[in-house]
Amino acid sequence: MLAVATLPDAITFAIAAVIAVVGALGVVLSRNPVHAALMLVMTLFGVAVLFVEENAQFLAAVQVIVYTGAIIVLFLFVIMLIGVDREERVFADGFNARRVLTFFLGLAMLAEVLLLGHQRWVTGAHSVTGTLHGAAANVSDLGHAIFTTYLLPFEVTSALLVVAVIGAVVLARRHAIGGETAERPALAAGEPGSGAGTDDASPLFEGAPSGSGVDQ
Amino acid sequence: MSVSPTWYLVLAAVLFTVGAVGLLVRRNVLVMFMCIELMLNAANLTFVTYSRALNDVGGQSAVFFVLVVAAAEVVVGLGIIVSLFRRKFGATADDAHILKG
Repeated sequence: MLAVATLPDAITFAIAAVIAVVGALGVVLSRNPVHAALMLVMTLFGVAVLFVEENAQFLAAVQVIVYTGAIIVLFLFVIMLIGVDREERVFADGFNARRVLTFFLGLAMLAEVLLLGHQRWVTGAHSVTGTLHGAAANVSDLGHAIFTTYLLPFEVTSALLVVAVIGAVVLARRHAIGGETAERPALAAGEPGSGAGTDDASPLFEGAPSGSGVDQ
Repeated sequence: MSVSPTWYLVLAAVLFTVGAVGLLVRRNVLVMFMCIELMLNAANLTFVTYSRALNDVGGQSAVFFVLVVAAAEVVVGLGIIVSLFRRKFGATADDAHILKG
């Protein structure tokens, strides 16, 4: 328990945990997607600090570099590319039955996860084949494990990345395979609401020209 | 002596629950995606915690693979979202409920 931990460790854990939880709540509750992304960065930094605290230095570095350096930047690019950086009223329809149900589902889920965590599914026996050798040897431990024990999953991972890149390219193509342009087919069909981009979205969004609803 | 693994597991459970509730509550597809990342991070924290508690490198290796898969997932997911926005119009998941282009 906390009493056993030394004071600097306990303080570091407490601060990082508070940062992570506040960031997580910020992701869920913030009305602007850009703010949500920045709150996610906060959570990721908190978790990275906890990784360092748990002697996983390499993963902490990868967490910061890959997650906040690449993934969140990608998120922000997409947010600004498709122009949804307007504010959403998170609780626009008030606390109706569905929201209340979701809240209780979340509480039940938390209880279940905590209950499951309380069970002792693991034997508690320490590893004999893949032991860790402290903070200084973290990178060599991990590298050794990945390139010997987990070599096949590592190679499959590279195949997965190639497939993901190809999939992204295929998804981003503007034209369909058969030469027919796939650009805004809804315009030709004349469907209602197929007009100017995201501007005629639901009144859930502030600043939409439909403009029904009042400010919060 | 650092903090007991129990506290880390409780924190991971809280983060996971916040992410799951966010996935259910929010309607913006991008924010829903971020909530999935939140849940992935909670799972990663659990992996690293058990890796420390059992002194086993396997947990950290699993986190490594989770990071790679998360990156691939984000690339494809954001590609789908962009192409969805290109032909549809809404920013919410409800606007894509027909799943027709």
